[in-house]
Amino acid sequence: MALYEHVFIARQDISASQVESITADFSKIIEENEGKVAKSEYWGLKNLAYKIKKNRKGHYVLLNVDAPHAAMAEVERQARLHEDVMRFMTIRVDELEEGQSIVLRSKADKERRGSRGDDRGSRGPRRENRE
Amino acid sequence: MAAGRPFFRRRKTCPFSGDNAQVIDYKDVKLLQRYVSERGKIVPSRITAVSAKKQRELAKAIKRARNIALLPFIVQ
Repeated sequence: MALYEHVFIARQDISASQVESITADFSKIIEENEGKVAKSEYWGLKNLAYKIKKNRKGHYVLLNVDAPHAAMAEVERQARLHEDVMRFMTIRVDELEEGQSIVLRSKADKERRGSRGDDRGSRGPRRENRE
Repeated sequence: MAAGRPFFRRRKTCPFSGDNAQVIDYKDVKLLQRYVSERGKIVPSRITAVSAKKQRELAKAIKRARNIALLPFIVQ
């Protein structure tokens, strides 16, 4: 079986629980096709670098999958049909990442720094948001 | 830095080769952002000193990140 990383972006105006149900649907498809989901990560509502279907934000979900090609093809087909999924990308990898991905790690970092207090004052506007 | 010769520049080395090198990952926006210009273009390796092999890998990662809207295609 092959190893895949599948990222999809869901519309911004659906709730986190709806995102979870999409994730569950996709996981079910994979398991029905004799694959397994090694890890699923919810990155939260993130700003998009550019507008997709008039949305400025989206719910990001990452699935690390060990499944045959047929299972992934079916997930992609469903993602294409699904109205709440704006974009998806599947990548074949040589090995799946252990533990949390960089997105969640840097997010946790940021939160830790935030909770330590304002000893360093404001650092100005965030660089990611410039346009 | 300049020892004797007036325009001597220290040779920069590739940040992705050698020991404790960073891993190129399309999800690592912070890392990739260092290798795109203000306009959102990929910076040539002759400026960033990334090796040819790693530059190809980096370009692929940046393009993947653009695909899932982690990086912009263009900044207006």
